[in-house]
Amino acid sequence: MTLLFAPHSEKDKQEMLEFLGLKSIDDLFADIDEKLVLRTPLNLPSSMSEIELTRHMLMLSEKNGEVLHKSCFIGAGAYNHFIPSVVNHIVSRAEFYTSYTPYQPEVSQGMLQAIFEYQTMIAELVDMEVVNASVYDGATALAEAVIMVSNITGKKEIIISSAVHPEYKEVVKTYCSARELMLKEVEFCNGVTSLEDLEKIVSKNSAAVVVQNPTFFGCIENLSGIEKICHEKEILLIVSVVEPTSLGMLKPPGECGADIVTGEGQSFGNPLNYGGPYLGFMGTKNKYVRFFPGRLVGATTDAQGRRGYVLTLQAREQHIRRERAFSNICTNQALNALATVVYLSLLGKVGLVELANLCYQKAHYAYDAIAEINGFKPVFVFPFYNEFVFECPISPRKINKQLLKHKIIGGLELERFYPDLKNTMMFCVTERNSKADIDKLVEVLENIA
Amino acid sequence: MYPENLKYTKEHEWVKVEDDIATIGITFHAQERLNDVVFVELPKVGKVVKKGESIAILESVKAVSDVYSPVSGEVIEINNSLVNKPELINQKPYSDGWIAKLKVRDIKELGDLLTAKEYEELIERQ
Amino acid sequence: MKLIFEISSPGRRGIELPKLDVPPREVDIPENLLRKKLFLPEVSEVDVVRHYTALSRMNYGVDNGFYPLGSCTMKYNPKVNEDASRLPGFMFAHPYQSEEISQGCLELMFNLEKYLCEITGMDAFTLQPAAGAHGELTGLMMMKAYFRHKKEKRTKIIVPDLSHGTNPASASMCAFDVLTIKSNKEGRVDLDALKDIMTEDVAGIMLTNPNTLGIFEKDILKIADIVHSSGGLLYCDGANMNALLGIARPGDMRFDIVHLNLHKTFSTPHGGGGPGAGPVGVKRALEPFLPVPRINKTGKNYSLTYDCPLSIGRVKSFYGNFGVMVKAYAYILALGAEGLRQVAEVSVLNANYLLRKLRPFFDLTYEQPYKHEFVLSGARQAKKGVRMVDIAKRLLDYGFHPPTIYFPLIVEEAMMVEPTETEKKETLDAFAEALEKINEEIERDPEIVKTSPHTTSVSRLDMVKASKEPILKWISHSNDYI
Repeated sequence: MTLLFAPHSEKDKQEMLEFLGLKSIDDLFADIDEKLVLRTPLNLPSSMSEIELTRHMLMLSEKNGEVLHKSCFIGAGAYNHFIPSVVNHIVSRAEFYTSYTPYQPEVSQGMLQAIFEYQTMIAELVDMEVVNASVYDGATALAEAVIMVSNITGKKEIIISSAVHPEYKEVVKTYCSARELMLKEVEFCNGVTSLEDLEKIVSKNSAAVVVQNPTFFGCIENLSGIEKICHEKEILLIVSVVEPTSLGMLKPPGECGADIVTGEGQSFGNPLNYGGPYLGFMGTKNKYVRFFPGRLVGATTDAQGRRGYVLTLQAREQHIRRERAFSNICTNQALNALATVVYLSLLGKVGLVELANLCYQKAHYAYDAIAEINGFKPVFVFPFYNEFVFECPISPRKINKQLLKHKIIGGLELERFYPDLKNTMMFCVTERNSKADIDKLVEVLENIA
Repeated sequence: MYPENLKYTKEHEWVKVEDDIATIGITFHAQERLNDVVFVELPKVGKVVKKGESIAILESVKAVSDVYSPVSGEVIEINNSLVNKPELINQKPYSDGWIAKLKVRDIKELGDLLTAKEYEELIERQ
Repeated sequence: MKLIFEISSPGRRGIELPKLDVPPREVDIPENLLRKKLFLPEVSEVDVVRHYTALSRMNYGVDNGFYPLGSCTMKYNPKVNEDASRLPGFMFAHPYQSEEISQGCLELMFNLEKYLCEITGMDAFTLQPAAGAHGELTGLMMMKAYFRHKKEKRTKIIVPDLSHGTNPASASMCAFDVLTIKSNKEGRVDLDALKDIMTEDVAGIMLTNPNTLGIFEKDILKIADIVHSSGGLLYCDGANMNALLGIARPGDMRFDIVHLNLHKTFSTPHGGGGPGAGPVGVKRALEPFLPVPRINKTGKNYSLTYDCPLSIGRVKSFYGNFGVMVKAYAYILALGAEGLRQVAEVSVLNANYLLRKLRPFFDLTYEQPYKHEFVLSGARQAKKGVRMVDIAKRLLDYGFHPPTIYFPLIVEEAMMVEPTETEKKETLDAFAEALEKINEEIERDPEIVKTSPHTTSVSRLDMVKASKEPILKWISHSNDYI
């Protein structure tokens, strides 16, 4: 069998072996201990031709059901937004996706400039002085920010709101545990961080306060109030933006006084993909740049004075600092960042504002309609963006099973994350949910109730 | 190239001692190997260092290098001009490119440092 | 070339969104929480397409040509894998949708874990880490948890001097102290040095095998003995797995933990810097510490379980980079056991062939058998005033992406070359010829090498200026009011 994707014929291999003065390829592995060399093939399925493989993959994907014909009302960190066709065409260009990290900038100006544009757009959206080239996802971005503040301040206590995405909290907890940092949680009240509880819990040992806006429950935080408490006590403020289309409507965290802004960029042009790959964005102030993890693309000039872009301030990173690096991160989600910058270019200034308005209006239309149904009670009475929580007349699991029969993917059952919120469900509405979709959802819920 | 009035270390630092104050920096050879210095992480005034401990970090585009203190002591002054002009280390390593001044604990520690001639021989051997 | 912001013109739109189809209501968010200014470009769809198409043409990928970056395994990215990852069933799957409609995804992940176990000789896998460095972090966190559970205080990790920077950086992130050991004259781990520092406060050692020079650690079983007899763990950085597929397995070499790079060995594209995936495999003893959730199979049904009391928790939201896993899964199915073994055989054959061809022109610090990659030294050329970075830039003029340079740190003027198995003999010959020509240029006209590249869209860029005066975004001076 000739090796797939490798061009060598038997003749080629023979010629090369002869050139090396060897009898067989096995000679190249002669220095490996006999005991370790495998004598039988690995126990794996037989190789497939492209036709067989394509059929296999199609059938496997279809075990998920006809996803395109379903309407989706779930969010909670992964958002069902429309991705314009142009985005997929650009990220499918092989010069982009088959390239490596741009360590040789002279042949990587394409990706470098795209990332520079990405850094600019995110910096503008969140209103921070410097933004990096992205990290793995919103959760790890938050964890990296937490490590960053402990490096900046030398303090080991982190205050995190319980209204932050539960999985994000878990990731932060895992990272803190490895670094021997202490995590304290602040209660939420009515879907947002309790300012009263926050005042009580912060101390001079606290490095930072971490909140999410909009919160996990979709409610809009009083960032000014939180910022005041923090900066009075010289504590840094980290804000995580998990649904960044909200930035088309809400005041950016930078303007509200955040010291570090992190978030999840999936909403901007990246498919749901069952949870990944997504992209974490991070922004901070210039004075903290030496503690900032991740790659940074900077502008410079060449020998002829032409503008060009390079990876810069690399002396912060692992390949140079090794054990003294502040983070081990060696990647950025370049292709996802490219999708984001193309997406944001297509939407433009007016488009993003319109998009946010569509999400807000449709979500509130759905909320009002569901609130009319007997047995459904809103849990939080607070301004929200595009996600909201309802208490249900019967178990949310049963409700979702019913909805599925009508090709509707219902909201998230919250009890799994918040045991006190029994029988509650969190819905998300985006521009992809038409009025007809929403009316159908309401109709089915009415019949269930 | 290697001023006679200074003492040197194997790690390419120089030290000038006046009474019990030691001024330190890196040698011409060291700055040449490092290439353009783009950032200097200076110690805090008041920091106490042991001989051989890292007292400052120099960053170039592609590398990071420790400056090891040739003597034990307390940092009493740092060269703040290096914050905006790190290139002083490359341009004037023995004068304007000085890094820190320490109040020396034990003057005997200077005993095993190299003279200019010994340092020059060391580089030639490398 | 202009930035997208510089071709912006007020009033232009890229895409039209649907009109609001529900009765509008007043926005009930307080004024002081609403946004007043927003800056984004205003360009048409054609502008966007032309702009990013033009940018793509200033980029070089594996589909353009040879990419012999050592330690990166820049092999061909099969297109059938790209199509598979775009199947709607996968692409539109929400991570929180019910398990009932996620059976395809869960089956894929379960089977991928199984195949990776078989390939590496480990007992259990997690697919959650998003990259190799992330996998290292996960593995080290598990080591920490393992010893905490055994109530043993182990605060140190040993790392060879030629390790990848992520190894010590990951150890530091877990608050381990890093002990570096020097490699011996053969470019391998010095067993005596290891015996000396392997005390009972050392959690373990992180090794790459073959190592970053491309040399197989033939004493690996002895190393395992030394580390295990002190109660430590053996961590395998699986970045160089391409040389071992179907030939030997880290599990059999008695490694306790291994991470893989799906974007290296398993052909998923590098994406210009990401996304990748860094699954981690462990032996039974460490299985309880794997991140949650785990994937279960009961009968024909796949499910997620969170009931893992000793787990280190989560290292990422959701389940990992599923879109990347699809490609690696398809690759393994396409190749099968025999194909994977041939990957190792041909990648090692290619590397050795290329090494022999380049040998006359560069110094080889370690005269040892090499596997899928090798490291040459440009010390000879440096004496003539031409450094490895100059040679790398000159290679760009010859149409090749240069190999990795200045790594590993223990080789002077290092050039690390990994051709991979997907390159034909003619390409290797052409590459060797280019380096031969560059060597001749160093003799007759070194300036042309020192001032290269000459044929790329920009010439050598000023990295010093970029570090000293960082410009990390474009500043808008336009009217940003919404």
